[in-house]
This record gives sequence, structure tokens and C-alpha cells, in this order.
Amino acid sequence: MLALFYFFVAVAFAIGVWQVNKLLTYRVIFKEIKDGKKIITFENDDNPVATEKDNDLQGKLFLIFLIGFYLLMGYCLIFLQDIMLPDSASVEGEDYDNLYRISFWLIGIVQFITQALLYFFSYKYRGIKGRKASFFADSHKLELIWTTIPTVVLAVLILYGLSIWNDVTDLEGDDAILVEVYAKQFAWEARYAGRDNELGRGNVRNIEGANSIGIDLTDAKSADDIPVRELHLPVGKKVVFKFRSQDVLHSAYMPHFRAQMNCVPGMITEFGFTPKFTTEEMRQQKDVIRKVASVNAVRTANGEEPYEFDYLLLCNKICGPSHYNMQMKIIVESEKDYLIWLNQQKTAKELFKL
Amino acid sequence: MSEHHHKETFVTKYLFSFDHKMISKQFLVTGMIMGVIGVLMSLLFRLQIAWPEQSFSIIEAFLPERFQSETGVMKPDIYLALVTIHGTIMVFFVLTAGLSGTFSNLLIPLQIGARDMASGFMNCLSYWLFFISSVIMVVSLFVQAGPASAGWTIYPPLSALPQAIPGSGAGMTLWLVSMAIFIASSLIGSLNYIVTILNLRTKGMKMTRLPLTMWAFFITAIIGVVSFPVLFSAALLLIFDRSFGTSFYLSDIFIGGEVLNYQGGSPVLFEHLFWFLGHPEVYIVLLPALGLTSEIISTNSRKPIFGYRAMIGSIMAIAFLSTIVWGHHMFISGMNPFLGSVFTFTTLLIAIPSAVKAFNYITTLWKGNLQFNPAMLFSIGLVSTFITGGLTGIVLGDSALDINVHDTYFVVAHFHLVMGVSAIYGMYAGIYHWFPKMYGRMMNKTLGYVHFWITAIAAYGVFFPMHFIGLAGLPRRYYTNTNFPLFDDLANVNQVMTIFAIIGGIAQIVFLVNYFMSIYKGKVATQNPWRSNTLEWTTPVEHIHGNWPGEIPEVHRWPYDYSKVDENGEYIFGEDYIMQTVPLKAGEQES
Repeated sequence: MLALFYFFVAVAFAIGVWQVNKLLTYRVIFKEIKDGKKIITFENDDNPVATEKDNDLQGKLFLIFLIGFYLLMGYCLIFLQDIMLPDSASVEGEDYDNLYRISFWLIGIVQFITQALLYFFSYKYRGIKGRKASFFADSHKLELIWTTIPTVVLAVLILYGLSIWNDVTDLEGDDAILVEVYAKQFAWEARYAGRDNELGRGNVRNIEGANSIGIDLTDAKSADDIPVRELHLPVGKKVVFKFRSQDVLHSAYMPHFRAQMNCVPGMITEFGFTPKFTTEEMRQQKDVIRKVASVNAVRTANGEEPYEFDYLLLCNKICGPSHYNMQMKIIVESEKDYLIWLNQQKTAKELFKL
Repeated sequence: MSEHHHKETFVTKYLFSFDHKMISKQFLVTGMIMGVIGVLMSLLFRLQIAWPEQSFSIIEAFLPERFQSETGVMKPDIYLALVTIHGTIMVFFVLTAGLSGTFSNLLIPLQIGARDMASGFMNCLSYWLFFISSVIMVVSLFVQAGPASAGWTIYPPLSALPQAIPGSGAGMTLWLVSMAIFIASSLIGSLNYIVTILNLRTKGMKMTRLPLTMWAFFITAIIGVVSFPVLFSAALLLIFDRSFGTSFYLSDIFIGGEVLNYQGGSPVLFEHLFWFLGHPEVYIVLLPALGLTSEIISTNSRKPIFGYRAMIGSIMAIAFLSTIVWGHHMFISGMNPFLGSVFTFTTLLIAIPSAVKAFNYITTLWKGNLQFNPAMLFSIGLVSTFITGGLTGIVLGDSALDINVHDTYFVVAHFHLVMGVSAIYGMYAGIYHWFPKMYGRMMNKTLGYVHFWITAIAAYGVFFPMHFIGLAGLPRRYYTNTNFPLFDDLANVNQVMTIFAIIGGIAQIVFLVNYFMSIYKGKVATQNPWRSNTLEWTTPVEHIHGNWPGEIPEVHRWPYDYSKVDENGEYIFGEDYIMQTVPLKAGEQES
């Protein structure tokens, strides 16, 4: 019933708009009839095709719109800096940030120029009665210019991008720490490879009791694996993640490290990076202080506890009703602290009494 | 005219009409109804994302009670359902059928000089299949557990398992049935368009004299025929997995406390099949809009479109490239990184023909004599959003950069601007421009201006700041962001965006009232109100079967002879436009 009410409101609004518009298009006309007498009439002079007056007004509106659009872009680019992600917290992410900066400068410049041309031409060449438009149908020179320039620029971007992509996706090397990240509706778990730095096999068919991520306990490599519910990483050492999912697609998104990879049931995917700052160090970064201040301004206003920065792993692929609350804290610490923590955790052998 | 004039009943004239002009109106009105549903849904979920877990009487009004909590707040899975159905309806039902279906049907016979489509029956069938699929999609909204809610990309296993999300039960089944019928409709339509353009052009209408609208529709139909069947196969295999226990996409799944009996399938296979359609679909949506605007910008600039052949070339290049870039949706899906490199390369190449198109539009405006009819405003708006949205594609198409912005609001902002808003602008431009051809009356100009300016401000107000919350790392499809203090400072931005969305939504009522009132009350149109060159403006204002009362006119020139002057700088025929039917004057060079 309430829906019907909203429907009627919409209809009433529509009729109102139509009627107001109709009234506005009536003009008072003084007409001369014979004998020099004048009469006053109301006539609807709404010409459905744009007149010179319309062209003038709309052309000027385009210019105003351009200014407004520039202000919006400027505001977003300057004042929304505070809410953005801080500089990369991983070594590999430095290249990412470089490419990101280059790309944004490039598209920013092109955006500002082309929008200016588009709206300025709309203003400048607004129709005037009697002006002849130029019959300018083709120019090989111009076409050549704006085919070649984008091609060259894009070639550079492609090559730089691909070289970074190759570096980031190259996970070869033996000394990396191996961590399995395990996704399920709606939580994350993890498993460290232990002393042999090799993960035992895993399959959802092995899930039973405390073995919640389906470690294959018959595999000799499993015994020293360390299943955990919290992710600790040593600073300055390359970590290679192996991702598994228990049920549907998830995506392991670690925005501060510029890292993301989907978790696919029935398949192991991988990604890797080297943390650059410990959590403590990261909290001292200028960008992070700025971001935390921006968050806490809102939280104080709402009367909430102040926020302290932590690295996060969050799910970034729609995975079910509670997709919005699937997260795990990541703690980056010195290698010493990391090893102390790791040694306190129970291995699969201890946990499952093999 | 071979067809006998027979008596028309209500049924043959308005329901099962074979006449392309009537069918185009059927497509448009159905598309508009679906559009209202789709936009309303977006407003409901924008309210939730801006003011999480608050109750609004409009939410209580439009959501069945079982979709709300006791306090009148929409449930998380219903949020996802709204997002899913909004995407499906807008992409397929509004921007594919509503846009391409309407204007391909209306304009192809009229602009190439044909009595009707190659097959009137197939055309009628195409509409009615679309209608049935729309009805099924709407019915799916009322299913007990809620409609499909796995995202419009319906990735399995989420879309395959009702245990994973309630909407993957009956709602998903209806979604798949609806889409299968939709694809049949789209294929039948596309084949008809291709055959008509190739075979039924009037005398003198060489391919190189076709208006750019025709080129756009022709190429769009070809992409549709190439890619839609693949989505059909993907949907079919998903139906098998869901209902007959096959394992095409599913493997090693533990859910609800038990291991499911699936082994050896891969969701990545589905992603490949889906995006083999899904990416070309973007251009199926966008190219017709670009085609319409090419025509409108040229007419209203009183200038030939700049670089006619380059425009055709770039449409073809975009179409070809669009079929080999689908992997850029899957850079982090777990597919081989080398494949990612290949798709980065092909994806960024698309920027070249797109840039050519944008520059050609801008150059067409240069030194024109611009007539700001509402259609022209929307066309300029399209060029603007196409550039803004297109440029961020350079970030997303680069596999290295995609890692961190993938599936964030940055993507949502990008595609809404480049294909959503742009295509809708193209559709509006088309409606304002060809309304006189559809109904023999004119739409109200002032309401058109009001509609454009509010929409233009609202569209940028919603989607420009959205880039930045994406760059802040905010994932899309989150019911609320309140569980992450990290995102607390984005709440204000989200609220501003929602307010703009509501303003934009209300502005569309102005359009609807203009449209429906103008059908009955609009000023009666003249034969060629925009002083345009193309063939449709040589037909009588009143619709007749077969379009032209006598012989079909012969074509003597390309469609863009605007403001053509002789050596003395005088218009060759005294007017600033020369219709395609006018033979060359002695000594005149064909452009």
C-alpha cells in the first residue's frame, strides 16, 4: 500500500512538472487587428526545435558546467587525498605506485584537456542564425596525429606495466616463506609450512573435527605445518601465499601491500610480496597518520572508540550474505618476534596427536 | 508495394505487429518499464550503503516483509539480490534490448531505404521472446527466498549452491531461464538486422553511404551473434551443474557441514565463458549509442561528421578487439599470468580506436553552428562521460595496476560512466531525436533541457567521487562498510553520492512525463524537424506500412552533406543540408 502512495507522489510530481512547464511557455502577445485596435492574447510559443536564444543559453550553460566539473575534479583530487590508501607497504608495491602515478598524471592531463575542448567548443560554436558551419570532413594529418600519439604513449605504458606484472607474478625462489591462506564463508584461516617449508596436501574431503581446513594428515609434509587463525609476517622477507577456498569464490585482498588473488575451490592460486614496514613502523608513516586522523575525526563525531591502524586481509569477491564482514588482521613484525610467535603455535602433529 | 492493404485489428496492430516501427516502440516501452525497476533498485541499495542498517519508509514500501529485518532494514542477501538484478536489468534489458532493440528496429529499414525488416515474423518473435524473458525476470523478484543474488556475473559456485546464498535457489533458476530466452531473442534480432542491412539497401545506398548509425548497428549485431551463444552455453552448463549433478564448474566443495559430490570442474572455466560474452556486451551496449550520437552531433553541428571512414574503421577495430580482451576481467582469477600479459596488450589497444572516436567528435563540434536540441545536449554529455570513464580503463586494463583496484568501487565508477551513463545518454539522445519519427509529435524542449542538466550533474555527482572511494580500497558489493574502521571516513562521500543518485532518479520522472504526455499532447511534427539528411526524414509523418507511399527513394550521396558550399562560398542548394536523395549538381564533387 505504501508503495502505491509513492507511486501517486511520483505521478503528482510528474503532472505538476508538466503543468508548470506549460504555464511557463505562455507568452503575452499584443496583436494588432484592423482599425489600429490592439488586443492582448496568451499564446503558447514553445517551439520544439532549439532557437537562437536556446542555443545561446545552453552554450553558456555548457561553459558553466565545465567550470563546475573542473571544481568537482579539483576537489576530489585534492581533498579526497586523505581518504586514499597510503603508499605501498610492500617492496613490490613500489613499482605499482610508480606506474599508478604515471598513469594518473597521464589520464588526468588528457581528461582536463579533452573536457575543456569539448565544453569550450560547445560554448564557442553555439548556433547563430546565418553563420556557416565549416565543411570540414576529413584531415589525414589530424587523424594520423591522434592515432599515433595514443599508440606511442600506450606502447610505453604497456611495456612498463608488463615488466611490473612479470616481476610481481614471478614467485620463483627458495627462501620465501610459504603460507597457505584458506577462505570459507565467512572467515579466513591460514597455515604455515613449518620447518620443511613445504605445505602438506589439503582437500576439503579431509575436513573433520579440529582439522577445519582439510589438511591431509597422511602426507609426511603435513606434520610440521602450523594451522593458525591470525596472520603474522616478518618484515623484509618474501612471503609466498597459496590460496585455497572451501566453498565459493573468495578474493584475498590486502590493499596496503598492493596484493590480491582469488581463492578458487578445487584449485590452488598464488601470490607473493615482501612486507616493507612492520605494523608499528607503518603506523608512523605520514600517509597513515593522515588517514587515521581522517577516520578518527568521523569516529569521534560518532562517539566511537578511536581507530588504530592495522594491516587487513579482506574478501573482495561476492561470496554470500556476510561477504561484507570477512576479514583477518595481518601483523607484520621483526623476524625475531615473528619466530617467537610461530614457535608458540602448535604444529599439526601436536594438534591432531599424530 | 507488394503487400495488400489489409484491415488491422487491435491485436495485429499493437500486439503481434510485424511492422518494424511498432516493434521498436514495443521494445522501447518494455525497456523503459524495466529501466524504472532497475533504477528504483539502485536507489534502495544506495540508501542502505549510505545509511547502513537504517530503516526507510521507501525501503519498507518496496521490499516484501520477508526481505526486511524486524526493524525494517533490508537483509544482507537482499542487498546483494538488488545489486544483482539491477545489473542484469540495466545491462541486458534496458541497454541491450531497450536501446539496440528500439533503434535498430526503428532506423534500419528507414535509413537504408527498405519497406521493412527482412523478416517481420522473426522481428515480432524477437520482441515477444524479450517480453517473456522480462516477465520471467520480474517474476523472479517475488520468489520466496528472493531473486538471484550472486552478482550479475553469476559466478559459480555461489550461483550454483542455494546453501551458499538463498537467492541461488528458485530465483537463480528463473534468472537462467529468463536469460536463455533473452539470448534467443537477441540472436533472432541480430540476424535480422545483419540480413536487412546487407540485402535490402535501396538503389544507390552503397555501404560507404550508410549513416554511421547503420554501421554501428550492423557491427553490433555481428558481435552479438558471435558472443551471445557462448553465454547461452555457459548458462546451459550451469543449469546442468545445478540440476543434473554434473561438475563443469564445481569441484571440492564443503558447505553446510558436508562435502558435495562434485569433482574436477573449475569456476575459472565459467569466468572465461561468461566474459567471452560479457566484454563484447559492453560494446553491444555502447556502439549503438555511439552510432546514434554520431548522427545527432553531425546534424546538430550542421557539419559533416569528422573522419567518416576513420569512424567506421574504429567501430570495426573496437568490435574486433572487444572479442579478444575478455581476460582483463580475470587478471587475478588464478589464470596463468602470461595470459594476463596478452590480455593487457589487447585491452590497452582498444584505447586507440576509442581515442580516435572521441577526437573526431570534438573536431566535429569545431567551427560548427551548434543547434542545442535536447538530443544534442545528451550527445555532448555522452562524449564527456565516454572520455571520463574510458580514461580510467587505462588503469584497469593494465594487469599490474588492476591487482589493487580490481572489484573495488573504482571499477564500478569506471563502467558506470563509460558504458552505463554513456549508453543511457545515447538512448535519451536517440529518443529525443527520433521521437517525431516514432509518434509524429515533438517532445517538449524545455523539459528536455531540465532533464539533461539535472541528469548530467547527478551522474558526475554520483560516479566521479566513486573513483576515489575505490582508490581508498573499498570493495564493491559490501552490504555495509561499518565493520571496517578503515572505511569510516568514506561514509560522508557515500552519503553525498546517494543524494545525487536520488536527485538523478527524480529527474528521470521529468523525462517520463515528457515522453508519455508528448505522445498525446506534443506539437505535431513536421516531416524533417531537425533538417537532417538521412532517408527516414523523407517518409510521411503518419506511419504507413512499407514506409514510403510510392517508390523507395534513390540515394545519390553520403549522409553528411551539411553546410556544403560551392566555389563562391554559397550553399549548393540554398540550404545548409542536402538530403541523400538529392542528385549531385553539375560539377559538384561527391564528398
